[in-house]
Amino acid sequence: MAMELPEDSVGIIEPQKIYIEEPLTLRSGKILPAYDIVYETYGNLNADKSNGLLVCHALSGDHHAAGYHSREEKKPGWWDTCIGPGKAIDTNLYFVVCMNNLGGCGGTTGPATINPETGNYWGPDFPVVTVRDWVNSQSVLMDKLGITKWAAVVGGSLGGMQVLRWAISYPEKLAHAICIAAAPKLSAQNIAFNEVARQSITTDPNFHDGYYLEHNTYPKQGLTLARMVGHITYLSDNAMRAKFGKTVADFENEGGNFGRDLRSGKLSFGFNVDFQVESYLHYQGERFSANFDANTYLLMTKALDYFDPSIDYGGDLSKAFVNSKCKFLLISFTTDWRFPPERSREIVNDLLKAGRKVTYLEINADQGHDAFLMPIPRYISSFKAYLRKVYQEICDAP
Amino acid sequence: MRPDLQIIQQWIEPNSRVLDLGCGDGTLLHYLKTAKQINEIGLEIDDQNILRCIEHGVNVIEQNLDQGLSNFQTNSFDTVLLTQTLQALSNPDQLVEEMLRIGKNGIVTFPNFGNWKSRIYLSTKGRMPVSKFMPNAWYDTPNIHFCTVKDFDTLCQDRNIKILTRTVVDSQHQGSWAMKAWPNFLGEIAIYHITKN
Repeated sequence: MAMELPEDSVGIIEPQKIYIEEPLTLRSGKILPAYDIVYETYGNLNADKSNGLLVCHALSGDHHAAGYHSREEKKPGWWDTCIGPGKAIDTNLYFVVCMNNLGGCGGTTGPATINPETGNYWGPDFPVVTVRDWVNSQSVLMDKLGITKWAAVVGGSLGGMQVLRWAISYPEKLAHAICIAAAPKLSAQNIAFNEVARQSITTDPNFHDGYYLEHNTYPKQGLTLARMVGHITYLSDNAMRAKFGKTVADFENEGGNFGRDLRSGKLSFGFNVDFQVESYLHYQGERFSANFDANTYLLMTKALDYFDPSIDYGGDLSKAFVNSKCKFLLISFTTDWRFPPERSREIVNDLLKAGRKVTYLEINADQGHDAFLMPIPRYISSFKAYLRKVYQEICDAP
Repeated sequence: MRPDLQIIQQWIEPNSRVLDLGCGDGTLLHYLKTAKQINEIGLEIDDQNILRCIEHGVNVIEQNLDQGLSNFQTNSFDTVLLTQTLQALSNPDQLVEEMLRIGKNGIVTFPNFGNWKSRIYLSTKGRMPVSKFMPNAWYDTPNIHFCTVKDFDTLCQDRNIKILTRTVVDSQHQGSWAMKAWPNFLGEIAIYHITKN
């Protein structure tokens, strides 16, 4: 049923596509001769093109960051809590751009699109892309849009890593870098989780060495499992207790039940789904596997693993920021154990070492890594206040 | 502007790097940014104060001073400020030394517990002084390390810290010839400009 759109929504959005004919040399040395970029924009670009704001998406995200593609769409874009008229990223003030990254599965050239050289799906032959390659392609799109300097580049998690790369690679092309719930590079634990996800995909019999689309199938089981593992790392213990512990336990009188709500009210004494949390993970995993490309998942996790801007500076991240000119805002969340506050503080300390201007907030939140997508009052109000100030700077600029 | 800030601002060089420990709502840094084009960082832990700093356009880092300042490089700032925060720290002596490691000079202000009002309060009532300026009871006050002008002078001497200027003012932040003569007795707020010896 068609629904009434909320007043603070950007409304019905039509994704746009642009064909880039100039080749892109990737970090791996491979060259992408030409490619499509699918992107969305919200708000209006002002006359002097100074109010552009780039949003970078994370692992499972795409260009659809806000609004609805149709009135029938059940859920809005992935960051609708933060993008819209009057929201933190206020579309009354900013011209917001979000593109699907290379290797993605939202329409931008990637494994699930056709390789013009072969006439078949790129599949596993799509080159491994890195955060740096994404940022280079985002810069190409920026040029096509006629924007010379972003008012801000913003992103959470893997999106935040792209923000850092922007500040390092294109110091002249952004005024503010807003990096949320990110890390300077992945830890062994982070990489380990990614490898479990990749293994579950590549060992699925329907994976067919990545050529599953030619076989009219996809590794549903593997991708489901990968997402289940990933999803656990996005939530905190407390978030799970709250999510799956409300119906049985009366918190006021008996305290929590550790999130151990049963699905059917009793134990099965078998190996079926007993607890709500199991059922939830199955549901999330399956829903995800139906809408996401497995090869893209492999590529995105590799981009995460490979991200380490200090690599060109002998392991000293502060040196990477020496030429950065933008101001930085970093935000972390207390219960995020995927990229905990200490990881953001590492970035903050390297920025300080490099003499950069930085603001840092550590938000008390129960939601774990996913908090960056949630309407947490202190997070939203600070984020909004910061971007209001950025807009004032644009207006005050000579 | 608060008169104590008026006194402090004259010691800040234009275009210098300033670190404010416990920067509150960013009023001082905002003023210095406008008047002296400083490059500023403030440290603060209160949510509302941090939000006000952002609204002021002041760079602010959420960091607890009691956990130290080891993340700041030696000599990375020109001036490090510690205004009305010294008495609330777990290790005020260590922090003062850290200030002078990080900055070329430091500015410290604190309520002078040697003030005559405190002395009379304690001597006549026999209880820990409570005033408009220090309104909390002894058990719930954030101010856990009170000191006097004399005490701070001694600390500076012991730690080889050079006092460039020492000023005391009353709660209206006014100075007088009498306060200059008897700072520890008449001064309510002490303002120190210090550096390494």
